[in-house]
Amino acid sequence: MQTNPGRPTDEYANAAPPPESDAMVGRDHLDTDGRDTREGMELQAVKVEAISHKYGQRAALTEVSLSVPTRQVFGLLGPNGGGKTTLFRILSTLLTPTRGRALINGFDVAKNRAEVRKRIGVAFQSASLDKELTVMENLRCQGHLYGLRGRALSERIDGLLQRFKLADRANERAAHLSGGLQRRIDLVKAILHRPAVVLLDEPSTGLDPSARLELTDLLKEIRDCDGATVLLTTHMMDEADHCNQLAVLDQGRLVAVGTPEDLKSNVRGDVICITAKCPEQILAKIHLSFDGSAALVDQEIRIEVENGHQMIARLMESFPGQIEAVSLAKPTLEDAFVHLTGRHWGENSETLESGR
Amino acid sequence: MNPSPSEGSLWLVARTLWYREMLRFMRQRSRIIGAVATPLIFWIVIGSGMGRSFRPVGAAEGVTYLEYALPGSLVLIVLFTSIFSTISTIEDRREGFLQSVLVAPASGASIALGKILGAASLGVMQALVFVVLLPLVGVPLTLLSAAATLASLATVSFGLAAMGFVLAWRMQSTQGFHAVMNLLLMPMWLLSGAFFPPSGASTWMSWIIQVNPLTYGVALVRHSIYLSGSDPVGLLPSATVCLLVTGIFAGSMFVVATAMTARPTTS
Repeated sequence: MQTNPGRPTDEYANAAPPPESDAMVGRDHLDTDGRDTREGMELQAVKVEAISHKYGQRAALTEVSLSVPTRQVFGLLGPNGGGKTTLFRILSTLLTPTRGRALINGFDVAKNRAEVRKRIGVAFQSASLDKELTVMENLRCQGHLYGLRGRALSERIDGLLQRFKLADRANERAAHLSGGLQRRIDLVKAILHRPAVVLLDEPSTGLDPSARLELTDLLKEIRDCDGATVLLTTHMMDEADHCNQLAVLDQGRLVAVGTPEDLKSNVRGDVICITAKCPEQILAKIHLSFDGSAALVDQEIRIEVENGHQMIARLMESFPGQIEAVSLAKPTLEDAFVHLTGRHWGENSETLESGR
Repeated sequence: MNPSPSEGSLWLVARTLWYREMLRFMRQRSRIIGAVATPLIFWIVIGSGMGRSFRPVGAAEGVTYLEYALPGSLVLIVLFTSIFSTISTIEDRREGFLQSVLVAPASGASIALGKILGAASLGVMQALVFVVLLPLVGVPLTLLSAAATLASLATVSFGLAAMGFVLAWRMQSTQGFHAVMNLLLMPMWLLSGAFFPPSGASTWMSWIIQVNPLTYGVALVRHSIYLSGSDPVGLLPSATVCLLVTGIFAGSMFVVATAMTARPTTS
């Protein structure tokens, strides 16, 4: 995805960023495009460096750093209000962070918008189609916005419509299509100009389970066939499970990064959940006479322990008649989240995520 | 395989966004009817109904009120159409279309130009229907004056559309726009000499009329209609001044519109 260095264009001239006051980022690290090449050949698709963002007084992101290798489906997982949409808007050049910086293919998203915009394909939470236009008209318009035109554009559109099984819908108005189809066209829009990085904000919003599975396959295809890096935000565990790597954001902070398996392996063995009338009393006794880490989460006793089935038997004997319900499960991403934050998933979902 | 949008894409982007406005308009029939019917009714009701009760002060002999109010009605059509078309910027934002435009490598100027040209074209197209009616009320329209009239209307329309774009850009809801419409746009139009000749106004009002850019727009259209003949309403600013003011207004509004699209947000 190199730009042609032999042709000076307008953006080319704009590309050189103003001299940095920060001595860390000397200009000798920047190539002629203004791209930071300190990573050498191993360019990270996305690199977030100590980004903080405040909406007025409220901190939406605090010192978040992460890097996304190329050719991955990378998930930003977190409850609503976790800060993932803010990070998404920063990466898609719509929002300038209060502090820190983010690079896409080595280009600073705040200082080098033009270069970044050529390299990203963005799909927003709600489909950005013009409902009055047909599928084809929408796609042609999108192509023109990216400087694609004529034959090359037509061929690209036709190819993608075939691949996404939309060819027979090309002349229908977007308004007449189902949510799942609209989302698919939105994806076509996002990858039309062959971006290196595809950014998706809550792509599965409003999709039924089967459409969600289909979406997962499409994203993998975009990664494998188009060689793009897909970065998506989600608050859905099943969607997160399909990602190569996840970054867990909670209350504006990065809680953990790793593969879904890594995150789950933070949780020991099994997870037992107990509902009882007086959970505090039981919890105190468990702490005295049982192994495993037990905690009260949302009026429910939650125990992470190996060989959970044995413990359940002992628990039932120890507290006859006091336990209302008990469950045993292999750890899920949800358990991993509780383990990492000590809070239930969605507990703070009423926190505002403003700044739409 | 990277596209490298350069200067050539300014027109490509502007044209595609302009084309989108045309398509949207053609698919919303009610907009066509509304935009033509409103000024037409205005003109007929006020022009013929009230025309008998007062005569335009300073108007030349033989000029009916219906005829006097015609250039103003043309400007009103252009005002309605171009402003209502740029309100759709608010819908574009709400429905997400605008966001996908903003993350594209298209320049702010090309985005603003496409949207404004789209709105202005619609304004002129509808005014064209009206211009055809001019000979019916006894205005001796030549081909040249018809062309001049349309060119004047295009300039006025561009300026108003650019103003609508600037007003709509930061707005979250169309309700807010209606307030602007009532508080700014209608007074602007009423105090432009469109329906009341400026010569009859009180002192303070004539000041407002003199600083109102639309005054010169309406006068420019009036000059264009009576291109060759005598001025039916005396005391108009000269055609050169009108053209200058209207052109500068359109240009500066476009500059502001472009600057607004380029401004990065922090919230």
